[in-house]
Amino acid sequence: MGDVIVFAEHKNGHFPKTTLVAVNAGLELAQKRGASCIALITGEGIDGPAAEIARYGVSKVIALEDARLAHYLADATAQAIVGVAQRIGAETVLATATAIGKDVMPRVAARLNAPMASEIVTINEDGTFVRPMYAGNVLATVELDGPVHVVTVRATAFDAAKAGDSAAPVEKIGAELDTASLKMEFVGFNEIKSDRPQLSEARIVVSGGRGLRSGENFKTVLEPLVDEIGAAMGASRAAVDAGFVPNDLQVGQTGKVVAPELYVAVGISGAIQHLAGMKDSKTIVAINKDEEAPIFSVADYGLVADLFKAVPEMTEELKKVKHS
Amino acid sequence: MTKTVKILVPVKRVPDPATTIRVLPDGTGIATDNIKWVINPFDEIAVEEALRIKEKQGSGEIILLSIGQQSWQEQLRTGLAMGADRAILVRADTALDTLAIARVIAQVATNEKPELVIIGKQAIDDDSNQVGQMIAETLGWPQATFASKVEFAGDKCTVVREVDGGLETLAFALPAVISTDLRLNEPRYASLPGIMKARKKPLTEIPVESLGVELAPKLKIRTLKAPEKRQAGRKLGSVQELVEVLHSEAKVI
Repeated sequence: MGDVIVFAEHKNGHFPKTTLVAVNAGLELAQKRGASCIALITGEGIDGPAAEIARYGVSKVIALEDARLAHYLADATAQAIVGVAQRIGAETVLATATAIGKDVMPRVAARLNAPMASEIVTINEDGTFVRPMYAGNVLATVELDGPVHVVTVRATAFDAAKAGDSAAPVEKIGAELDTASLKMEFVGFNEIKSDRPQLSEARIVVSGGRGLRSGENFKTVLEPLVDEIGAAMGASRAAVDAGFVPNDLQVGQTGKVVAPELYVAVGISGAIQHLAGMKDSKTIVAINKDEEAPIFSVADYGLVADLFKAVPEMTEELKKVKHS
Repeated sequence: MTKTVKILVPVKRVPDPATTIRVLPDGTGIATDNIKWVINPFDEIAVEEALRIKEKQGSGEIILLSIGQQSWQEQLRTGLAMGADRAILVRADTALDTLAIARVIAQVATNEKPELVIIGKQAIDDDSNQVGQMIAETLGWPQATFASKVEFAGDKCTVVREVDGGLETLAFALPAVISTDLRLNEPRYASLPGIMKARKKPLTEIPVESLGVELAPKLKIRTLKAPEKRQAGRKLGSVQELVEVLHSEAKVI
């Protein structure tokens, strides 16, 4: 009773940091409840990942090996997760709010007739959760009623679980799927290839806004700085809306939420929707020619300057620092 | 897809995204004086997509649906002025949780039998990003969340989705639920003739209790508070100074 199931997303056989965050949050919740934390993985040929996630402190790994789960699809995966949750009598089903977590967990909640809290940032001792609303301008303390709950966690709000020496047992079972009810077909995935770090995992993020004026300027002005500093590249919604860069790079309320050690905002005015996605970064730098820009109100270090001069200059300065 | 397409578009009334949100001192809600209310921006994209699908198909019916108080009529009229055909306001004077909202919408869909439900991926007030997926599961329909492109070929619908690391393409037969992402389209403004016409379009009110779905909220908000404000730091005089403090003071590079 009271067990926590963590849906452990894996990619090409490995677990991204976002998954290890979910495991850690699951462990914290289970510990506060005096319950067990079980990792659930789905897919085909998943012995490797099952053995790997077993080392992260969970009490058990359930591996749902099924060809119908080889490619993630919301309807099949929701059924599979719910099948396990019901069999175990889990109290909480938890995942990180990644694109997949956001896509599947509400289906899980509806199927379980369970309330769901999205993107929690705190697990309270009394069983309540804290989650942001209104682009992070409000923090709500929420309570989930009933015997079973669904939760997604914000990736930046928890640390990643660490691997230990011992491994939990792996239980490999087939998925309970009602095949006739599955209606979605995976057609293809067009990966945006990049040698840069992932936005959600990077130690440093450099983001550009409408001030960059074009996609071309992202390439010629911003990217040299991004690469010199070894950062992930992000963008404001305005830059995405203008078509300068793909939506995948969007940082903000409706894009990705990041909290790196260093966040450099270039040509970004700092609308509340953007601040929602980066204001928990450890150190924030803003470069903007408008000294009244709201981004300066959250920046540790501000530089009022023309980005087309300042950014190449900064790239050069960083080269000097590196070589000194 | 049949020539005449019926699309249900749930729309939520939310504070204008440019509004500064203030939490009431007792933590029971947000201050609603001086708030300009608008259609949730992602739902507006949903209305626009429905209009484009209907225009492409040649004929169809677009039904807007809101669940709330009488004042919500205002946003429904805006959607009708954009070009939707009729609207349903399910009157609910107390707050419902996401699961109850999804059940209400699913029940209206069961009554109206649309081929598509198109909805914003998230409402910018509670930022939950749940309802579209919950509707799909409740109805046993396929879903395509975070859509950036929707196309039809024969009986099949193909949707390109904005996901982590790239674009995913899904296909399914209708009926289905689609949730909209930013780049699906740019919503049109209501024209003056559109606004005039909207006044005469049907807007039906039905009491939420009449739908016979479970409404008691299981997701309860206990209290709200404002997050701690981040303090502004200092402005530096030059790029050299900036790089120097990042190196020696913040020690991040």
